[in-house]
Amino acid sequence: MKIWPGQFLAAAAGAVLLAGCNQSASPGAGGDTIKIGEFASLTGSEATFGQSSHRGTQLAIDELNAGGGVLGKKIQLLTEDNQSQAGQSATVVRKLISSDGVAAILGEVASSRSLEAAPICQQNKVPMISPSSTNPKVTETGDYIFRVCFIDPFQGTVMANFARQTLKLQNVAVLKDVKSDYSLGLAKFFKEGVAAGGGRLAAEQNYSGGDKDFNAQLTAIKAANPDGIFVPGYYTEVGLIALQAKQLGITVPIFGGDGWESSSLVTIGGAALEGDYFSTHFSPEDTAPAVQNFVKSYQAKFNETPDAMAALGYDSAMMLADAMKKAGATDGAKVRDALAAEKNFPGVTGTITMDAHRDASKPAVILEIKNGAFKYVETVAP
Amino acid sequence: MNFRHAKTFLLGALAASFLAALVASRINPYWLYIFYDIGISIVMAVSLNLINGYTGQFSLGHAGFMAVGAYTSAVITNQFGELNFFAANGIFAVALYAGGLAAALAGLLVGIPTLRLRGDYLAIVTLGFGEIIRVILQNMDKVGAARGLSVNHGWTNLFWTFGLAAVTIYVVASLVNSTYGRGFIAVHDDEVAAEAMGINTTKYKVTAFVIGAFFAGIAGGLYAHSKQFLTPGGFGFMQSITFVVMVILGGMGNTVGVILAAILLTLLPEGLRMLSGIEHLPGFTAERPLGWIGDTRMIIYSLLLIVLMLTRPQGLFSFRRKRN
Repeated sequence: MKIWPGQFLAAAAGAVLLAGCNQSASPGAGGDTIKIGEFASLTGSEATFGQSSHRGTQLAIDELNAGGGVLGKKIQLLTEDNQSQAGQSATVVRKLISSDGVAAILGEVASSRSLEAAPICQQNKVPMISPSSTNPKVTETGDYIFRVCFIDPFQGTVMANFARQTLKLQNVAVLKDVKSDYSLGLAKFFKEGVAAGGGRLAAEQNYSGGDKDFNAQLTAIKAANPDGIFVPGYYTEVGLIALQAKQLGITVPIFGGDGWESSSLVTIGGAALEGDYFSTHFSPEDTAPAVQNFVKSYQAKFNETPDAMAALGYDSAMMLADAMKKAGATDGAKVRDALAAEKNFPGVTGTITMDAHRDASKPAVILEIKNGAFKYVETVAP
Repeated sequence: MNFRHAKTFLLGALAASFLAALVASRINPYWLYIFYDIGISIVMAVSLNLINGYTGQFSLGHAGFMAVGAYTSAVITNQFGELNFFAANGIFAVALYAGGLAAALAGLLVGIPTLRLRGDYLAIVTLGFGEIIRVILQNMDKVGAARGLSVNHGWTNLFWTFGLAAVTIYVVASLVNSTYGRGFIAVHDDEVAAEAMGINTTKYKVTAFVIGAFFAGIAGGLYAHSKQFLTPGGFGFMQSITFVVMVILGGMGNTVGVILAAILLTLLPEGLRMLSGIEHLPGFTAERPLGWIGDTRMIIYSLLLIVLMLTRPQGLFSFRRKRN
């Protein structure tokens, strides 16, 4: 049997074009529901974060719907998985906007994937709220892009101040992940913060996300004899780094950013992580009633304690709903204006005010790892 | 493909993609961008087929060449601001061509020292090469390193993607059907015998590599100006494997089959996504009755691959007997 490519391609192109034309976008606020799109890394390398964030968002939507919805309508959350892969977020966000006709977009944890989606939301004038992308470039994309977390500079600076003032460190080393934009950003602002506070950088070493052996870097750091090591990485590598550091006889505290925040961290690092610190967005030990209510309902629904990603996912959905209520509409431009005007929004991750760059201005929390659990140390206001 | 029909095909496909580009604004953007993905996959798979299928060299670094083309063309077009229609398309053509040339140069650089190797050894070397490109990009601050590179212009359209897919198909099909091109198949069938007959096998292998890399570079340029954001992580080993799977599934050295496999494998994940999104089905009372497909989508995708390979090891779309 022979098929000529020309005939085949013509037939295929025709069929596919027809399929494409027939898809018509339905308006986000049509009918008795408001459609909100979410893109998340539910599978793949950063699935832990994606799943947590998604659960938080889902809980917020369920609570909103139980309370009668927004503007008298129920909210329908449409979630799409991007498999933690480059190139996928652009596809799924285009689907959510042009095929499903969502009124707003929530996502993502990783900055590189938020950066892929942001220009598309901006072009289509659909407001987007990233729960936990800390790279400054995300909201620089345009005036429809917001976030409910603080940005890299703030976390790097907070940890530098914490190291200098609370831990009284003089001589710190940095071990960063060159593969991760997040890690590079935190390291940059940490170094600037340490220099501004009069501290000294003892050593700076690099690794690549996915590495298993850090002995070479740690040996070099040990030789420089620092009194603390800043590791702004993700939990998988951080756990291994802590283990290998202890094996090499490094006893100084290790500290990092919110990439540490995962129950897997202690599973991997175990006792080697005792007495180490990290900055994050949220602590379930916070006694504020809003936080305790959130923790209780999250535990009831998912049978686990919420982490920062879950809390931020929750806040992103709640703030969007609040803005829609204030705007009195789901129209993109009106919701955008309402989001930009958010002041002292009572989120579970602290009181959030949108600044001129559409970044959240809010407090950071420092946690210590004690007996395999995360203990609240202090809150640092912006 | 019959050579006599090749020119007709090329002209027909170019005209068709031009017409398609005219009605592009009427197509739902989600589908439009999936068509771009399909066109890019066709260019990638058909060019890889020249190396893996026709010439029989197992390359695992095709995404690396794609990355070279993507970054090169993006760096070029990022130099320009807003341009009018003609200037934009002119610059885009130049950028795509430059991306292809840069990738071809990379292909030549890897090809010359490594293509004396055979089989498994070559596969490992190309795998290493693909990773080297990714790691270099990850550490190049000029192109954003791990932070990724924003591409300012979304110039990819249906004309460029399907026009260039047609050109790729035309070039590869014409090449392997020419007198010169029989050498590729000779290298594939029996390298020792080919050498005994006076064919410079290394030269043929390098040629296949350079041409394949050139088109992969062009596909990279199309990818860059369709996604408008590049991260080195998007050109990893798994990406290369995806294209190898397209070639194997379509049937090594079967251009039509490889095109069909490229279309199928690009549409499959989106098709499954669509199934899971159906809100009501006759006979089901629950909302989104196929919602479970969403969670198990990638498992279904992988299972389908396994089943296809078990039942059609000669390639899903091998209608003719394999040339042997």
